[in-house]
Amino acid sequence: MQDYPGKTAAAEQGWLKAHKWLLLRRGSQLGILAVFLLGPMAGIWILTGNLSASMTLDVLPLTDPLLLVQSMLSGARPVVSGVVGALIVLLFYALVGGRVFCSWVCPVNLVTDLAAWLRRRLQIQTSARLSRNLRWWLLGLVLLMPIATGVMAWEYVNPVSLTHRGLLFGMGWAWAVVAAVFLYDLFVVRRGWCGHLCPVGAFYGLIGVKALVRVHANGRERCDDCMDCFNICPEPQVIKPALKGQGQGIGPVIRDINCTNCGRCIDVCSKDVFRFRIGGERASPGHQADRGRQRVAPG
Amino acid sequence: MNSGKNGKPIDRRQFIAGVMKTACGVGMIGLGLGLYSRQASSLPAAVLRPPGALPEADFNGACIRCGLCVRDCPYDILHLGRLGQAVPTGTPYFIAREAGCEMCEDIPCVAACPTNALDHELTDIGDADMGLAVLVDHESCIAFQGLRCEVCFNICPIRGEAITLDMQHNPRSGKHALFIPVVHSQPCTGCGKCEEACILDEAAIKVLPRHLAKGKLGAHYRLGWEQKRAAGGALVTPDAEHRYNLPEGMHYDHAGRGLIEDGGAPIPADPLDTLNRKGGL
Repeated sequence: MQDYPGKTAAAEQGWLKAHKWLLLRRGSQLGILAVFLLGPMAGIWILTGNLSASMTLDVLPLTDPLLLVQSMLSGARPVVSGVVGALIVLLFYALVGGRVFCSWVCPVNLVTDLAAWLRRRLQIQTSARLSRNLRWWLLGLVLLMPIATGVMAWEYVNPVSLTHRGLLFGMGWAWAVVAAVFLYDLFVVRRGWCGHLCPVGAFYGLIGVKALVRVHANGRERCDDCMDCFNICPEPQVIKPALKGQGQGIGPVIRDINCTNCGRCIDVCSKDVFRFRIGGERASPGHQADRGRQRVAPG
Repeated sequence: MNSGKNGKPIDRRQFIAGVMKTACGVGMIGLGLGLYSRQASSLPAAVLRPPGALPEADFNGACIRCGLCVRDCPYDILHLGRLGQAVPTGTPYFIAREAGCEMCEDIPCVAACPTNALDHELTDIGDADMGLAVLVDHESCIAFQGLRCEVCFNICPIRGEAITLDMQHNPRSGKHALFIPVVHSQPCTGCGKCEEACILDEAAIKVLPRHLAKGKLGAHYRLGWEQKRAAGGALVTPDAEHRYNLPEGMHYDHAGRGLIEDGGAPIPADPLDTLNRKGGL
């Protein structure tokens, strides 16, 4: 069988340990989806609405801040429950990492992860070059549209909300958008949607600029350059400074706002280089003590 | 960000060219998105918004497409537009013929809305304006055939206000009345119960968006009798009273009473009574 990221880790430390964060993440993604689906499918209404705005047990409002901002930019007056919901969401992701939304909640991640997995398995190498900064341009566009047109134009095509809303309220042709994202990720650009274009992810990345939960490359001196973490990571550029920056005096914490805290680097590393930590660099760079204090905070 | 791929420095020229290239590409996407969203924002006339919905142009900016109104509707009449449908994607609507709005007093759909797309200032469901019922087809509505129906009149949640029955002579039978439903635009909320209940295969009364349903009198029109009432008297020289060539002691009232004998009662219905009266005409 061909080589794939995490093969060594699975062989040395067991399959379960090499997939721990992946399993937790799938549990989170599917669990959240299941609680949403309990309403329309089984009549058990714990959560109503969708990821754009929801109400939990009639008390906890949650609102997508990006959508609320678009709504307000179009000239609409906000409502207290909507604002409170958006603040709760902002606070949560500001603490656990903005792009935790992407890897632990967003339903499109299931699709793009599948495309990435197939890409590795089928060894599809072709990849058009596309700047990862395009997402910032698109985020600007998303915010400009309601001002320029008075309409929340992005929501007509947003794959994130189309997918989630489709699962709960009826897909229509949204499945075609999902298929387009899948095929684009599979054949055109590696991690093309989530890693290059998605303005929703870009926005959540901004929220998490000061996040407390981070992946630390505390064991970076053990790194044997197997490249598994780079190969599995949806945003591989975020790893390099923390993993290889010791010489330049860069700390071991992955600080890039594009890190999704998916934890796959932790899974696939057979040398236990990475772990989740809460807070800043308490240990001096490169120090691997403090093992007992590793903490997790799944979305 | 002052070095490109392979660490080669990017000069200003390259940087500006790169930015312009991206800006043009993103601009094209924006143009496409803007044009598509304009197309996709038009609401078919058969589709109604929940109570309190902002005017359509504002609604498509304010609504975040969460479906909380759909879930909080106790009668499950609301749907969210799906991609590919003629309704703007993700926005709530109902179709009156399938199920009209039940006009809940506490308006739960509005209370659930996190954005004022359904305006929270709507607190009295009687002020809702989802559309306006119009008796669009006088040819198929059976009331015009002289048949008793009045289902739209009776189902109306504000019975007797939004729809009244106008009794007219039935020229076919010569002796019956036509009970013609007449919609009054001011009290009608456009809930759609009349359209839902219409007994025809295709409803003769339909709820339309108000701008399609209402006519508008030119602003220059003055209705003389209203002007007269407001002013407390005629504003122009009154016409000279018409003189009838009537026998002495008689006059004629246009506005209903007809021939009147001065100092006496109106002419009785039976002419013999008048002829037999002492003194005659």
